[in-house]
Amino acid sequence: MFESLTDKLTNAMRHLRGTAKLSEENMAEALKEVRAALLSADVHFKVARSFIERVKEKCVGQDVLKTVTPGQQIIKIINDELTALLGEGSTELSKKKPLKIMMVGLQGGGKTTTSAKLAKALKKDGYKPHLVACDVYRPAAIDQLETVARQIDVPCFAKRGTPDVPAIGEEGLSVAKASGDDLIIFDTAGRLQIDDQLIEEIKELKRRVQPDEVLLVVDGAIGQEAVNVAKTFNEAVQLTGIVMTKLDGDARGGAALSMKEITEVPIKFAGTGEKLDDFDVFHPDRMASRILGM
Amino acid sequence: FGRKKLDANSIEELEEALFASDFGYETTEEIIEETQKAYKKDKELRGKDVAAIGSSVLKRVLDGSEGRIQFVEGSPTVICLIGVNGSGKTTTTAKLGHQYKQDGRNPMVAACDTFRAAAIEQLKEWSSRLGLDIIAGQHGADSAAVAFDAYQAAKARGHDTLIIDTAGRLHTKSNLMDELAKIRRVLQKHDEAAPHYSLLVVDGSLGSNSIEQARVFNEKFGLDGLVVTKLDGTSRGGALVGIYRELKLPIFFLGFGEKPEDLQEYRIDNYVDAIFGSDEEA
Ligand SMILES: Nc1nc2c(ncn2[C@@H]2O[C@H](COP(=O)(O)OP(=O)(O)OP(=O)(O)O)[C@@H](O)[C@H]2O)c(=O)[nH]1
Ligand SMILES: Nc1nc2c(ncn2[C@@H]2O[C@H](COP(=O)(O)OP(=O)(O)OP(=O)(O)O)[C@@H](O)[C@H]2O)c(=O)[nH]1
Ligand SMILES: [K+]
Ligand SMILES: [Mg+2]
Ligand SMILES: [Mg+2]
Repeated sequence: MFESLTDKLTNAMRHLRGTAKLSEENMAEALKEVRAALLSADVHFKVARSFIERVKEKCVGQDVLKTVTPGQQIIKIINDELTALLGEGSTELSKKKPLKIMMVGLQGGGKTTTSAKLAKALKKDGYKPHLVACDVYRPAAIDQLETVARQIDVPCFAKRGTPDVPAIGEEGLSVAKASGDDLIIFDTAGRLQIDDQLIEEIKELKRRVQPDEVLLVVDGAIGQEAVNVAKTFNEAVQLTGIVMTKLDGDARGGAALSMKEITEVPIKFAGTGEKLDDFDVFHPDRMASRILGM
Repeated sequence: FGRKKLDANSIEELEEALFASDFGYETTEEIIEETQKAYKKDKELRGKDVAAIGSSVLKRVLDGSEGRIQFVEGSPTVICLIGVNGSGKTTTTAKLGHQYKQDGRNPMVAACDTFRAAAIEQLKEWSSRLGLDIIAGQHGADSAAVAFDAYQAAKARGHDTLIIDTAGRLHTKSNLMDELAKIRRVLQKHDEAAPHYSLLVVDGSLGSNSIEQARVFNEKFGLDGLVVTKLDGTSRGGALVGIYRELKLPIFFLGFGEKPEDLQEYRIDNYVDAIFGSDEEA
C-alpha cells in the first residue's frame, strides 16, 4: 500500500550520501514529502507550514552523519521536534481539592464517556468523584451519564425539567460538596464552536462553578476544523487541557499538533476505547509516530 | 472569492480554503492546477472565475454521487445505519423516521444499539417526541435478535419502512464488524434483499480517516452509500469528496443540525454552491 514516510525520505535523500551538510536546497524534496505526510494526517495546513519551517531551521547546517542515512537523520530530527511540541506542558491535573473539572467539546466527541473514565481513574487515586449532568438537550444524555456513573459506582447529580444549566451546575456542586466528595466533573452538551448562544451557556456555567480544569474533548479523527474548534473554545472558557478520544482507531491524529500549536494548551489524556478503563495519559512520542505514519 | 484580480496571494488563499475543506490532497491539487493553467492563459482571471473553476472540478469529481432511496413494494424497505462512534446514527435514524412520516409514509425505527449506555433510551425519547413506532431490545441483548424481531413487527404492523439504528463501532474492530454481518444475516431470513440500504453515517467534521472508515466498512460489510452529518459547523464535509472519489459510494443525505428537520437529501449542486458560492453570489 503506502510507501512509508521512512522509505520516502530515505529515497528523497539518497543523493545526499557523501554531502557534507544539510541545506535548504538538498532537503527540499524531503521536506515536501514531510508536508504531504502531515497534510494527509490532517495537520492544519498553516501548522504544517510553520512546522516545516522549524524543522528546516533545525536541519540546515547540520553535518550529514556517516553512521545513519540522511533519510534517517532527518526523520529523527522531525520526530524529536514533533514529540517535543506535542509534549509541551504537563499532563498533570490541578492538585486543588475539591477538584472541579468541566468537560466541553463538539457533539459526539466523547465528553460523557470521558467524564466517567476520568472519575474512574481518579477514584483509584483516592478521590471521591461526583458527576454533574449539565447536558439538558441531547435525548437521554442524563440517562447516559447516570448509567456510566452507576457502572463505576459514583454518584451523579441530575435535575430534569429545567434548562438552566448554570443553576444545575451550581446546585450539583453544592450537593457534591455537602456529601464530602472532592472531585466534581461537569458533563456538558456537545456544541459547535460557532453556536454563540451555547458558548455563552458554558461561559456562564464556568463563571458560576469556577472549575480548576476545563478539558476540551476531541475526536482523534477530526479534520481541519480542529483549529477553529480549539481556538474558539479556548477563547471562550480558557482550556486547561485537551483529551483526544477514539485513538483505538487508525486516524493519524494530526489535529493534536494543530490544536497544540494554535492554543498552547497541553494534551493531557487519550481515550482508547469504549470501555471505561480505556483511558490513558497522553504520550507525545506515540502520537508523533502516529502522525508521521511510522 | 471576490471580484479581485488573481495573484500569488489569492492562489494561496484558494489553496487554504481548499485544504480547510478537507477535500483531500488530490482534489485540492487538481483545482489548483486547473486554476494555474487558466491563469497562464488569462492574466485577468478574477476570484469569481477561480470559484467557477473550483466548482466545475468539484462537480466533475462528484458526478454521479447523488444517491436516492428506491422503496420496495409490499414489504418494508430496510435502511440500516452504521458507522463509527458518535457520528450521528441515532439522530439520523430519528430524522429519517420523521421525514418519512412527514412524507406520508409509515416508518418504524429499531433500536439495535444494545451496547452503549442509554442508547436505547435515546432512540426511545426521539420516537416518543416524534410519534414514531419503535422496537427496542434490552440493554445487553443480542442486537441481531432485535433486528430480526423489528422486521417481523414492522411487517406485521404494516410499516413500509424500517430504519435500523446500530451501535457505534470503529472499522478497525473485526469482532464488531462480525456483529453487523450477523444483523444482515438474520434480516435476510425475512427478506433476501434486506437491508436494502446500508448507509454509513460519517461525521462531516472528521478528516481523512473517514475515507478509511468508508473503505473498511465497504469491504467488510458492503455499503450502499453515505449520510454525512454535522455540516452545520464550519466544516465543509469535504471528506465526502475524497470518499466518493475513491470508492464511488453515493451520498444520500446530509445532516445539518440536531433538530429532527435538519436533514436534507444530498444534491451535488447545493453542496458545491455552498462551498464556492452560487453564480449569483460570486
Ligand atoms: N472507540 C472509542 N469510542 C469512544 C471513545 N470515547 C467515547 N467513545 C464513544 O463515542 C461515542 C460518543 O461518546 P459520548 O461520550 O456520548 O460523546 P459526547 O461528547 O458526550 O456526545 P454528546 O453529548 O452527544 O456531544 C459513544 O459511542 C462512546 O462510546 C474512545 O476513546 N474510543
Ligand atoms: N450539530 C450537529 N450535531 C449532530 C448532527 N447529527 C447528530 N448530532 C449530534 O451528535 C451527537 C452524536 O449523535 P448520535 O446520533 O448520538 O450519534 P451516534 O452515531 O448514534 O453515536 P453512538 O451511538 O454513540 O455511536 C449528538 O449530540 C447529536 O445531537 C448534525 O447534523 N449536526
Ligand atoms: K443492499
Ligand atoms: Mg454527552
Ligand atoms: Mg447511537
